Order: sequence, then C-alpha cells, then structure tokens
Amino acid sequence: MVNIANYKDMVVGDRVIRPGCSEEFNTGDWRSMLPVIDLDKCIDCLTCWIYCPDDCIVIEDDRVVGIKMSHCKGCGICANSCPKKAITMTFEQEESQ
Amino acid sequence: MMKPKHNDIAINGDSAVALAWKQINPDVCAAYPITPQTIIVEKFAEYVANGEVDTEFVCVESEHSALTLCTTSCSAGARTFTATASQGLAYMWEMLPITSSMRVPLIMAVANRTVSGPININNDHGDVMSARDTGWLSLFAENVQQAYDMSIIAPKIAENHDVQLPCLVNLDGFILTHAIERMTPIDTQTVKKFVGEFEPLYPLLDTDHPVSHNLMDGPLFYFPHKYQMVLAMEKAKKVAQDVFDEFAKISGRQYHLVEEYMCEDADCIAVVLGSSFGTMKEAVDQLRREGMKVGVAMPRVYRPWPVEDLAKLMKGKKAVIVMDRHLSVGSYGPMFPEVCAAALENKEVPEMYNYIYGLGGADTMVSDFMSVYKDVKDGRAKRVNYLGVSE
Repeated sequence: MVNIANYKDMVVGDRVIRPGCSEEFNTGDWRSMLPVIDLDKCIDCLTCWIYCPDDCIVIEDDRVVGIKMSHCKGCGICANSCPKKAITMTFEQEESQ
Repeated sequence: MMKPKHNDIAINGDSAVALAWKQINPDVCAAYPITPQTIIVEKFAEYVANGEVDTEFVCVESEHSALTLCTTSCSAGARTFTATASQGLAYMWEMLPITSSMRVPLIMAVANRTVSGPININNDHGDVMSARDTGWLSLFAENVQQAYDMSIIAPKIAENHDVQLPCLVNLDGFILTHAIERMTPIDTQTVKKFVGEFEPLYPLLDTDHPVSHNLMDGPLFYFPHKYQMVLAMEKAKKVAQDVFDEFAKISGRQYHLVEEYMCEDADCIAVVLGSSFGTMKEAVDQLRREGMKVGVAMPRVYRPWPVEDLAKLMKGKKAVIVMDRHLSVGSYGPMFPEVCAAALENKEVPEMYNYIYGLGGADTMVSDFMSVYKDVKDGRAKRVNYLGVSE
C-alpha cells in the first residue's frame, strides 16, 4: 500500500497552523538537473543568492559555501544569473553515477 | 388545518430565506442573481442598503467569483452566506469541492432549478444532485416555513467544530421560491441567540496565530484529508439531530434526519425530496381512505446520507418507491442506488422501484403520485419508470 499520513496527526481542512514549517518538507526530490558550483570561480557577489527562488544558496560569513539540495528544483536560475559562469547545470543521473 | 397565529406572515420562499439571513446578520454576502434565486439576493441587498443589517455585500461578476469570494471570506473568519440556482451552481462547481475541503462552514441557499439543456428554467433537482459528491452538507425544505427554518438551522450545524463543512439549503424553484405561503417567523433576538456567534477554527485573519489554508496536498495527505471529511459527515448526523431538537424548543417545530408520514404500519412507502413531500402526503391520505397501507418519507438531510434512519424505516416493508426529480441519464435517478444501499443494512430487502418525475418543471399532481402507489401494488411498475412519459 502507498504511504499515506495518519489523519489523526493532521489539523482540520488542509491547513498548516505552524508558521515556517515548509522548511521541513523537502521539495527537491523531483529535480532532473542540478547546479554544481565551482567555488574557485565564485567571487561571492551573491547574485545567485538573490535570484534563487527557493533560498538554496548557502552563505557563511558573506561567502558562498555551497548549494543546499533539499529544496532545489534544478531551475537553473542561479547558473543563468552567475556573472562568472561558476555554476553549471548537470543531469541528476550523471551526477549520481 | 394549522391555527393562524397573530404573528404569521404571508411570504414567498426566497423572501423567507432573506428574512432569516437578516435576522442572523451575517458578516459577508456575495452572490450573483439567477432565477429563481434572485429574490433572495435582491431582498437581502435591500436590507443592506437600508442599513437593517451590517453585512458587507459584495457585487461580483459571476457565480464562480461569488463562491470564491465567499469561501475565502469564510476562511478569513467571517460568517458568510450566498445563494444560487441551476447554471449558477454549475458555474460554481469548480469551487464546490475546494470550499468543502477547506472546511469552511459557508451557507448557500439553492433555489432548485433544472440544469440546461435543453434550456429550461423550471424546477427539478438537477442542480443540487450534480453537486452531491462535492462534500457539502445538504438540507431540504418541504415548504416556505421550512425554507426559513432550515436557513436558521444550517449555520448551527455547519459551524459546529465537529462538522466544519459548508451547507446547501435547498428549496424548490418557483414552487417554494415564488409561491406565497403563510409562515410563522421567530423573533430576531431568539434567532440571534439560537445561531450564536461564529467561532471559526484557525481563521486566516487571526494574525497572532499565522496559518496557511488550502495547501498543495500530495498523495501523502489528500486521502486522509478526505477521510477527515467522512468522519465530519458522520458526526454531522448527531449534530443535526441535536440542532433540530434545540430548534424545536424555540419554534415548536420538530425536525428529523428523515421525516416520515404514515410509514409505521405501511406496506409500501415512497422516499421523496423537497416540496413533493407535501403533495405525496395528500396522495397518501387519499389512498389510505381507499384502504391502501401506504406512507411517504423525506430525507431532511440528504448529506450526510441518513443510512441508519432509512434502514430502520424500510425494515419489514414490502415495497419502497424512490422518487427522483433528476436523472443520471444511462443509469437510475441519483437517490435510487443510495436508498437501495441503505436497504442492504437489513436482512430482508423490500422490492425497490425508481420513479423519475417532474423533470424540467413537469407538473406532478396528487393524482400522479397516487398512480405510482397503485402501479406498484398492481404489478405494473418496472424497476425504473418515467412518470408521465408516453411509451
């Protein structure tokens, strides 16, 4: 049988009453392309961070340190917006092989 | 004959619904006019214009917008009413299951009218029956008094925290909406006290407790959310009967999930919805005088479907006739399979007959209903019959 949630754990009527909990729901599992960043080329301009629609670019101390894949849908906006072409889009399968 | 009371009024069904709304004084109303519902909205708009209610009345460009607006305003936490009929309900259809799955207790009066085509504006149950699978509660009225009473009762059932489902209040187009009957209204203070304050669950505009409504539901959550609605419908049966009992205390009028007339000792009973219940009671009276043991029943509450009460009603009966004022072309009337399914709860199942009648406003008289009982008794009835259609 397919995996379905227990209705007893769910609030009435397709509502979410705890703000911000979408962070816990991984939506990055239906991606076909994924971004790969070359940190040597990256100049930390944060253009990708601004443009990413899902807040996947990980920043530490004002520097790009990587891309969080749990919510990345592989849209390619980061790669397209990068002025230094530091991000390339790769097929998901190729990467996992 | 009912004794006239000093505060009785002469009023048509639509105005009676509007009067109930005025007494309840909802927060928001958005509706688009369509015959035979128009008088409800016109009359209520008049109350708004005259300052007799403080409802926010929104003029919308279509029924689809009306229901969308009402659904969202209700989920924001406002008590919201609307009304429609026929094509209007059809145009709302896309929103109907969304409203119910959002679990907002919105109230909608439906002035039952056939759905085109062929183009026709008269009464049958084509509109509400096409909406029956959308997760709304559904109440039926036999006369103008009941259209008023059900309008007062509906929010109290729908808004109950165990239920939290939208509710249709059905009144037969023209037969009830436009016919003027005598009615006993309840005084406004009593109505207000009975209906009470709307206490929404997790409303959108409660900014101290931020919530999201109507989210994308994957396979993980869709089915269990539907199952929650199944449980709410089940609970609605008891809630409805409790509200009916409470209503009897303020009005003296007692309602039941299934209304029965002369059923107890009857061999053959009919099941019918809406204004035809009254006509059939007269047919039963006349046939009883001829010595036929017949009765008639009406599911007051069509959703949730009162299986237990119907099964009890049918126990030991020889024959059950299901009168459907709508037709699922290529199958039966919509109520027939449901009554048959309820009959299966008993060990012995009566002979079951389906009569399709009154489509597109085809007038059905006492004598027509009498002929139905006689056809069944004399073995002339088929499984499915089309009353008045010449072979």
